[in-house]
Amino acid sequence: MAATTETIEQVKELGGGDKYKHGFVTDIEMEFAPKGLNEDIVRFISAKKEEPEWLLEWRLKAFERWKTMPEPDWAKLDVPPIDYNDIYYFAAPKRDEDKPQSLDEVDPKLLETYAKLGIPLKEQEVLAGVAGAPTVAVDAVFDSVSVATTYRKTLEEKGIIFCSISEAVHTHPELVKKYLGSVVPYSDNKHACLNSAVFTDGSFVYIPKGVRCPMELSTYFRINAENTGQFERTLIVADEGSYVSYLEGCTAPQRDENQLHAAVVELVTLDDAEIKYSTVQNWYPGDEEGRGGIYNFVTKRGACRGRNSKISWTQVETGSAITWKYPSCILQGDNSVGEFYSVAITNNRQQADTGTKMIHLGKNTRSKIISKGISAGRSQQTYRGLVRMSPKAESARNYTQCDSLLIGDQCGAHTTPYIESRNASAKVEHEATTSKISEDQLFYCLQRGMSEEDAVSLIVNGFCKEVMQTLPMEFAVEAQKLIGISLEGSVG
Amino acid sequence: MSLLEIKDLQATVGEKQILKGLNLTLRPGEVHAIMGPNGAGKSTLGYSLAGRDGYEVTGGSVTFDGKDLLEMDPSERANEGLFLAFQYPVEIPGVAGTTFLKHALNAKRRHHGEEELDGLEFVKFLRGKAKELGMNDEMLKRPVNVGFSGGEKKRNETLQMSVLEPKLAVLDETDSGLDIDALRVVADGVNRLRSPDRAILVITHYQRLLDYLVPDFVHVLADGKIVKSGDKSLALELEEKGYAEFVSAA
Repeated sequence: MAATTETIEQVKELGGGDKYKHGFVTDIEMEFAPKGLNEDIVRFISAKKEEPEWLLEWRLKAFERWKTMPEPDWAKLDVPPIDYNDIYYFAAPKRDEDKPQSLDEVDPKLLETYAKLGIPLKEQEVLAGVAGAPTVAVDAVFDSVSVATTYRKTLEEKGIIFCSISEAVHTHPELVKKYLGSVVPYSDNKHACLNSAVFTDGSFVYIPKGVRCPMELSTYFRINAENTGQFERTLIVADEGSYVSYLEGCTAPQRDENQLHAAVVELVTLDDAEIKYSTVQNWYPGDEEGRGGIYNFVTKRGACRGRNSKISWTQVETGSAITWKYPSCILQGDNSVGEFYSVAITNNRQQADTGTKMIHLGKNTRSKIISKGISAGRSQQTYRGLVRMSPKAESARNYTQCDSLLIGDQCGAHTTPYIESRNASAKVEHEATTSKISEDQLFYCLQRGMSEEDAVSLIVNGFCKEVMQTLPMEFAVEAQKLIGISLEGSVG
Repeated sequence: MSLLEIKDLQATVGEKQILKGLNLTLRPGEVHAIMGPNGAGKSTLGYSLAGRDGYEVTGGSVTFDGKDLLEMDPSERANEGLFLAFQYPVEIPGVAGTTFLKHALNAKRRHHGEEELDGLEFVKFLRGKAKELGMNDEMLKRPVNVGFSGGEKKRNETLQMSVLEPKLAVLDETDSGLDIDALRVVADGVNRLRSPDRAILVITHYQRLLDYLVPDFVHVLADGKIVKSGDKSLALELEEKGYAEFVSAA
């Protein structure tokens, strides 16, 4: 890919001279930006996307802030130092000669998993990033185009906007400008800051007043999707009285050479609106010794701005080497409801610090947190949750249930709930358990003929049932299988 | 031909030798009762046959339907047709009885190279089995054994046995924790499952179960060995005299 080499040469020549400060950015003939993070790169991304001035300025402010912000270090995670200058920030795909040339060169463990999930060969190549395989979103390739077109038509008829965020910047600038960064300000944390400066794409959804989205929206069906896994930005706005269920992710383990993922998701519900957001996260977790694997540093937050509005997060997290993720709800509107249902599985050397924040601002706001953590191998997992009852949150209620299941004796499960109540009428309940898969349960299943793997999968699925039930049907069956696969080799 | 042939079986739990040369032969269609005092090794026999971890066979041989049972891992033994009805059936939260049994039955079908049943076929099949035992569907929707009464747990074991259609069922103290009415219901269920191709080994401390589940043979297990064998009248004799004779002899 000659363009990349040329770019590197050019940037070298630029040195630090003021004269050429923005010189390289204006040359948007170039397809890709070189490695490294500086103001020029931010300008380059914005220029490539032909963004309006306000968005560029926002990105630049984020970048300035990012430079001075410390890495969040309060999580119970051991994160190796990240060299931000060793990362491509604008679509620098690997050259074909650096990719695996065929499935023969791909980690056989990964292929085994694909086989178990019943993924067709062609699709496996895409997931494993084999040279020559299409780089577009998986299901856009394999689902027939006509299906996708039908979906799009149905949505248009209802006035629903579902497109890439880059597209929305041009087609619906007023909506994007109004809501982008309004739930997760660029200065929120270092990872969100980075995302704000360099995000390349993501989804935008707007559901008009009174419209109930007739289907589960999924990134799968977004046509023309680029491979935007690294710095994805999602914004969903549900206008008064509307409803949408959104699915993100993929049960098949996805390989990505970009080790750092820093996504931001913002949700907004107005009066009487509801958003249900479901995620299955299965990025490459690294090998058994913890080599490789994705760092998944995600900021997800929803604002229930309107009265009687509701935001519900469901997540099944099985992938990534390191997970740092706290999908949260700001319950601003009176009577608004926030929910967080989570299953997190860590095996081998994986680390996860995940949970939620429920910020009760309005009267009679309610929140429910059900977290199921399963640790196996030599993994470490922490539930970290904050429930805050502000002075005005009259009669607000929270219920938290936080269960940990340990498999083997070399893993760790930790629970760190923070509760802050500044309103005497607010009610907060917290229940927590830690257990192990008992030898009795295992033997009982084996005596009924099940294999050890089948038994563990069954017992763990039972343990997670409350959360799995909240998944949309089309995800639930695959997610159940995934739980079993993620825990393979963890017993015995 | 015998279905189960145990020769000189020796087994330890931890450091302790529990079975000390046990011999027993069951033919298809027969019901045998093993009776004995506490600590004689009754439950150890059941677990050793099922292959539970921690029950180490240190000597002897067990041939099951012509195969070396001791070579097989626990799930293989189950799939080959050995069923252990637990003294204390285990609770599995969040797993519906139907789901549990579907996994179990399909594991067995896979083992025998048969096609797995899909959800609908299985539910139909299971309902039929439940009906035969006079059980309603409600229990099948509940998580396995969670919040079940003693009687419900044992009936659930009987249902599992009926679904898995074992060649040999070992009932470990099935009467424990049951009142007389529940005992009768469970025994009725087991009686329905008596068949010319199936052997049943009833492990029990008390004679009362045998009033309803009448055995062809009764054996006394004391100190890790079968010390006396006879027909059903032996059980009545034991009820009268207790195990003192055997305990002191050992």
